[in-house]
Amino acid sequence: MTPFFKARGLTYQYPRGPLAVRGASLEVAPASMTAIIGANGSGKSTLIRMLAGLLRPASGEILLDGIALEKWPPRKRAREIAYMPQSTMTAFPFPVIDVVLSGRSPHVARFHMESMRDRDRAMEALESTGAAHLAARGFTALSAGERQMVILARALAQEPRLLLLDEPSASLDLKHRADLMRALARLREQRGLSVIMITHDLQLTGSLFDRIVAMRCGEVTAQGAPSEVLRSQLLSEIYDEPNVRSERVGSQTLVWIEA
Amino acid sequence: MKTLPARLAGAIAILSLMLLASLVLGLVVGRQRIDPGSLLSDPFARTLFFRLRLPRVLMGLLIGASLSLVGAALQALFRNPLADPFTLGVQGGGTLGASIAIALGWSARVLGIPLVFVAAFAGAMLAVFLVKAIASTGMVVLPGALLLAGVVVNLVSSAAVVAIQYVVDPNAALRILRWIVGSLDVVGLEPVGRMFVLLVPAWIALLALGRQLHLMAIDEDTATTLGVNVSRCETVVHVVCSFIVGITVAMGGSIGFVGLIVPHAVRLMFGEDLRIVLPGSLLLGAAFLAVADALARSVLPSTELPVGAITGLLGGPVFLWLLRRRQQYSTM
Repeated sequence: MTPFFKARGLTYQYPRGPLAVRGASLEVAPASMTAIIGANGSGKSTLIRMLAGLLRPASGEILLDGIALEKWPPRKRAREIAYMPQSTMTAFPFPVIDVVLSGRSPHVARFHMESMRDRDRAMEALESTGAAHLAARGFTALSAGERQMVILARALAQEPRLLLLDEPSASLDLKHRADLMRALARLREQRGLSVIMITHDLQLTGSLFDRIVAMRCGEVTAQGAPSEVLRSQLLSEIYDEPNVRSERVGSQTLVWIEA
Repeated sequence: MKTLPARLAGAIAILSLMLLASLVLGLVVGRQRIDPGSLLSDPFARTLFFRLRLPRVLMGLLIGASLSLVGAALQALFRNPLADPFTLGVQGGGTLGASIAIALGWSARVLGIPLVFVAAFAGAMLAVFLVKAIASTGMVVLPGALLLAGVVVNLVSSAAVVAIQYVVDPNAALRILRWIVGSLDVVGLEPVGRMFVLLVPAWIALLALGRQLHLMAIDEDTATTLGVNVSRCETVVHVVCSFIVGITVAMGGSIGFVGLIVPHAVRLMFGEDLRIVLPGSLLLGAAFLAVADALARSVLPSTELPVGAITGLLGGPVFLWLLRRRQQYSTM
């Protein structure tokens, strides 16, 4: 399928800092799943924050449906792209349902408030991430993993075409990682959702993702199907660790460190 | 669970009743009790009521509403429960601006607005940007640094005000002192009307940002990805809050902690949604300052207390309680 979201030659430099991302390009097809992998500090989060419209690239362009990202009216863009940061903490004890409901905001007309239908959507989203039981709790009282499930539900309530996730599985246990991946796979089937996800969880990437983007020192050093990217030599280079090994087992790729 | 419009309507109904009750209380209580019947027969009572009592109570409503609304907006903008016009140094900056104007004897008006107002607005504005600039490192505003910067701006402002008071003639010094303490004394309805005309558009501007401020109060980054123009929203809130605080400081002096206590009371009663907290703070703030002023006028048999003393005595403990509660679940 033809890609609807394209990034070309993205570069970003933090004030008085080094070049965090250099000439990164990627394309996203409808109903596809892309993983961004790479060592800590390789520019993954900076890249995804540019894709989310939070950072403006120093050079390069991001096109959504062929139109530059910054040309999109912000609320219209918010109906297309959702973003979930690495971690979220609120200063005020907002009830979980209100946090999820805020994801409906781009769909609510100006000076209107969320309707009962929006509330139902928010509850559905909470159910799909397995966090419906948290609806009435205060957000500040939740654990890091629970907060991730709630923020993911909020991103789903936004009903985007493209979901950008910055290490969603970092603070999740095994069961919730499985829940997360199942929820994403289902939305991809049902609604044609596309996902770009930063992850260190290479076991997850092997079977579920169509495409892997590998970053090293701010540059995209390789991208392609998991079977092409998840090779021992390539991974060793990306992570600067000579003992990384990988092997295809059926549709899965196993990655481990040789002692 | 009830939908937001239903909750908002309920909150406004309850708070409007409270406002009405506090209005009646404010009009009745005082050194000189005014019997409603005597308003028709007694010209002295009528003068007292329309020239002094009513303007003062209305002034209390306007200033209480303004400071509370600004407090609620600043708390959301900075995602900091301890933010208010006083703790962020906005009132200090405004007071310094007003003091300079008084000391230099600026009595002129620009477009019908006294220069003291303009100076207070400029001082408040400067304080907001200074505090924000000091507390920001890169892109994050550190909550602890924000309050410390506010404290420092307040201290420097009050030191400068003290210095000014020593230099200027005693008359101006006394006028400055009245400003600092904060008083709602006003003669006639005309100044109240002028304030009303200036403040209402500013209130509307803040209330209209309810959705944006709600999303920003939850999280700044995701507010952007939910379609909020965060930097534009910040600028509008800074300017409008400085404008409101400048006017209230120029008219009523520095009345502390109202903007801190009232939004929290509204949250406890009606929940965290800013689209309820903002209008709720407006109504409850008006009621709160009217009652505080009624207390200030009646608590001592011999004399009146400044209303700023009452709000300070009530607000200090609330601030400490919030600080303690906050430390239990997050880092400052």
